[in-house]
Amino acid sequence: MSVLARFVARRCLQALPLLLVVSMLVFLLIHAAPGGPLAIYLANPNVRPADIERLRRALGLDRPLWQQYWTWLWAFAHGDWGYSFSDGRPVAVRIVERLPATLELVAVSLTCALALTMPAGILAAVRRGGWFDRAVAIASGAGVSLPAFWFGLLLQMIFAVGLGWLPSSGRTTPGGGDVVDHVQHLLLPTTVLAIVLASGWSRYLRGSMLETLAQPFIVSVRARGLSASRVVLRHALRNALGPLIALVTVDAALLVSGAVVTESVFAWPGLGSLFTEALARRDYTVLMALLMLSAAAVVAFNVVADFAHALVDPRVPVS
Amino acid sequence: MRLPAIVIVCLVAAALAAPIVAPYTPDRIELSVRREAPSAAHLFGTDELGRDVFSRVIYGARVSLAVGLFSAAVAGASGVAIGGIAGYIGGATDAVLMRATDGMLAIPRLPLLMIAAVVLQPSIPWLIVLIGLAGWMETARVVRAEFRALRGKGFVENARAAGASHARVLLRHLLPNAAQAVAVSLTLAVARGILLESALSFFGVGVRPPAASWGNMLYQAQAALATEPWLAIAPGAFILLTTVSVSLIGDRLAGTRRGMF
Repeated sequence: MSVLARFVARRCLQALPLLLVVSMLVFLLIHAAPGGPLAIYLANPNVRPADIERLRRALGLDRPLWQQYWTWLWAFAHGDWGYSFSDGRPVAVRIVERLPATLELVAVSLTCALALTMPAGILAAVRRGGWFDRAVAIASGAGVSLPAFWFGLLLQMIFAVGLGWLPSSGRTTPGGGDVVDHVQHLLLPTTVLAIVLASGWSRYLRGSMLETLAQPFIVSVRARGLSASRVVLRHALRNALGPLIALVTVDAALLVSGAVVTESVFAWPGLGSLFTEALARRDYTVLMALLMLSAAAVVAFNVVADFAHALVDPRVPVS
Repeated sequence: MRLPAIVIVCLVAAALAAPIVAPYTPDRIELSVRREAPSAAHLFGTDELGRDVFSRVIYGARVSLAVGLFSAAVAGASGVAIGGIAGYIGGATDAVLMRATDGMLAIPRLPLLMIAAVVLQPSIPWLIVLIGLAGWMETARVVRAEFRALRGKGFVENARAAGASHARVLLRHLLPNAAQAVAVSLTLAVARGILLESALSFFGVGVRPPAASWGNMLYQAQAALATEPWLAIAPGAFILLTTVSVSLIGDRLAGTRRGMF
């Protein structure tokens, strides 16, 4: 077996207990609802107590909790994610149909965020204490403290309501639109995500660049006559990149599972707004599947991050 | 550190003295002045029931600041306990606790809290506990790292040899050495707690109306963006002011940016 295959296999095995713990937590949380999952029927005058009792037995809710958990876990692991409480369709279908919108938003936002982070983080570190460093510090300090939903509301207020330049929500104009229409819809949600992400990342990159630039090998390669830009980009950046990769991948994983806030504010029809819709309707099957999915995504992306770190830094062992 | 600290002290003071600072009571409904733009009588305008937005922001500060500060205390205490035990004992205990930490970090925080808030319908004190319990992991990691580095040092052995109990070594000898790291993680937890409360309330599952919090004021403002933009500006600006101040204090404590403010 190749090194890579062994690495992936071992990391996946290590991730199993973690996912089990997550699944227990999610399961217990939903069963902690007063009255259980059938609580919604309690207030309905058309549903008699006898009916609720019958439903409880039919759905297996009268069995011991560990049995219910086991049945759910077994089915979940085999791809049977159950049916949505709100429209009766399979949960997997509902998730798959929302996936493209989320992937599109995430891919564009991550690219924009990286395009902001790299120059900002590197230049701030190289020109430490200068005006650019201060500007980045203020902008990113505000960015990490910014409530994403408020930032979204402000952008809507200015560019959609006030100036009327951009649509305030959705993925396309109803009835479908051309590429320009599509890009216009993408602009505001992407701005929110990219700025929030880039603020955190550039502070991080600046810090790890400063740490690397202070090391003796930087002086030594500079003394050997390499140009300043080559030292910064080839030698320092490569060493400083490792921690950033870890951060970016975890953020990416969290986004794939749905940029809940941003998608909801802009009514972007992805996994994030599926989550808030399911939340409003107490659609527990959908909520559980989404939460499990995002935990799995974080675990999987972490494996990728470790591998990528080993690629940019040969000293890091693939283990 | 001075300016951000002054801002926080002023905000806390205003929140505590809300009945004196606020010109109106937060739930005083005055239908003759509904949806009024900011003016001398109503600094931040009024909402759809004629309630004074400025007064509601001041009273809302009580909720938002309390949630931020107390949830950070819950997060800090559980983080120090879990990280401290893991770092001091090591071995299997450490492995189990750190896997649990990884597990919690793998679940997206806001969605988990949103589900918990919908299921449990928490009152404000319970909301504080929930937000705190969703935020101990960072502190635990930092404390564990510090304790692991310190537990083999001579002064720990010395204290043990002099007859100090494990609890005493943990609290009196190790914890003070990790104080700076803990303080930094606490400031982050305060900012995060305020943001989480406002996000939960913004989605209608946190602090429930008619009580005012900065988050649920934004929830109400969302419906009237086109006609009454002032409803959205003030509460959001106060959230930002608070979180920026708190994280500047944190930066200063961490020693990463000196002399900026």
